Amino acid sequence: MTSRTQRRLILIVGSIGVFALLLLTWQAIIHFGKVPPYMLPAPLQVAKTIVARFPDLWGSTLITLQEAAAGLALSIVAGILIALIFASATPIRQLFFPYTILLQTVPIMGVTPIIIMWIGAGLPAVILVVFIFCLPSIIANTTQGLISVDENFMHLFQMHNASRLQILRTLRFPNALPYMFVGIRISSGLAVIGAITGELFAGSTQVGIGGLGYSIIYAMAQLQTDYLFALVIASIVLGFSFFFLVMFFEWLALHKWHESAAASRTDA
Amino acid sequence: MTEPIPEVIFRDVTKRFAPSSPPVLEGISLDVARGEFVSIIGPSGCGKSTLLKLVAGLSPCTRGQITVNGMAPNKARKLVSFVFQDATLLPWRTVEKNVALALELEHRPKAEIAATVARLLDLVNLSKVGKSYPRQLSGGMKMRVSIARALTTKPRLLLMDEPFAALDEITRDRMNEELLRLREEQDWTVLFVTHSVAEAVFLSSRVIILAPHPGRVAHSIDIDLPFPRTAEVRESDAFDDLVNHTSRLLREAHKPTSEAHRV
Repeated sequence: MTSRTQRRLILIVGSIGVFALLLLTWQAIIHFGKVPPYMLPAPLQVAKTIVARFPDLWGSTLITLQEAAAGLALSIVAGILIALIFASATPIRQLFFPYTILLQTVPIMGVTPIIIMWIGAGLPAVILVVFIFCLPSIIANTTQGLISVDENFMHLFQMHNASRLQILRTLRFPNALPYMFVGIRISSGLAVIGAITGELFAGSTQVGIGGLGYSIIYAMAQLQTDYLFALVIASIVLGFSFFFLVMFFEWLALHKWHESAAASRTDA
Repeated sequence: MTEPIPEVIFRDVTKRFAPSSPPVLEGISLDVARGEFVSIIGPSGCGKSTLLKLVAGLSPCTRGQITVNGMAPNKARKLVSFVFQDATLLPWRTVEKNVALALELEHRPKAEIAATVARLLDLVNLSKVGKSYPRQLSGGMKMRVSIARALTTKPRLLLMDEPFAALDEITRDRMNEELLRLREEQDWTVLFVTHSVAEAVFLSSRVIILAPHPGRVAHSIDIDLPFPRTAEVRESDAFDDLVNHTSRLLREAHKPTSEAHRV
């Protein structure tokens, strides 16, 4: 027990050490290499900018957060509904499932301008881009979970004359939960990337106010490299937060019974 | 006085999985009387499990007819419970909720479900783990949960498809004894598929040996050991003789016959 706590402590201290070393190296390169700040700002400079421009940064992060959250939420609802339809009607699944794969291979950067042409720049366009980003993996994984039910379970339910709705609610849906969370977890990372991608094109209707993607374009045009770095860091933090939030819900829903969720607990 | 109708009747039952494929079962005719414990034994691939699925109405006969208590199998499901080779417990449900499943699917009142679940968990000595999840249980415990679930609907006929095959021998012997103990309290007819001769002899009032390719009844052996049977029965000479006799007949049934060579 003690050795396990010790090992954990060493890991934590080590991780912090590695991070500090990276920052030091970065600072040293600036200091000794005479790199101009518009090419690469010093970490201290970035930190100062984060503090100084925190209200702007926070505002942009909130906008992107809203877009990503709305798009992800819509894709979860729509993805589960579509998966339910796919799982209950094989012919529909066979006809339409290839399109979800097609959707996954669509280069979203190329499609975003089309979306903006159709529905105009602004919040709805960005949400739609996020939605398209997130939808395929939720459909694919949830459908897989709904249809891959062990044959003996089906026989058990048949033996007790279970209705289709009972089979769906009591067997297929809980069986699909772990699969569904895999889909949502993949999409949660994509949601923030999708929102920023959308903003790069859709931007803002007002100068100087917009999400992280819009602000990145703006900061680049102004050669505010230190703020650009701050924006990238905010994007990373936002993406991580999404991912961990989904991980938390996944743990909440599965840790009591599912092997993978339970295993990660014993490994830790 | 008229004879009561047999619980399960097989009339010249043949099963093919596709019209052109060779039969898995051919010309099975068999009567199982109410209260009998019939084990079906034979090599893998002789159609033992298929036979049970036909009785459960999970799969239709290609030719011939099966009746359960005078009804077509898919109409008789309310009288029947199936115990599968793996315990088939829903991993996201606690032990209690797993035992309650069959009654829930049949829309029984909550109070009745709770009472039945408590009684059956007590019967299989699992009251303490009611709130646990299946992954926390041993193989033998899982199987006891599965049997408890099968008994909640008060079945007249139990279909058991190698329920103890995955257990170690000591656990299996204990489960065999426990099954007979449960049967003294609830009088079900049992069709029990296994490939262990000792298990079949210990449990059954009759052992049916199936010969393979195609699956057909080779022998029917009455096991006239007295009930109730306890662990001591296994040490008796009569038990040994019946096991040896059954094993010999099973080996003969396996021998490739001239018929098999012709195919």
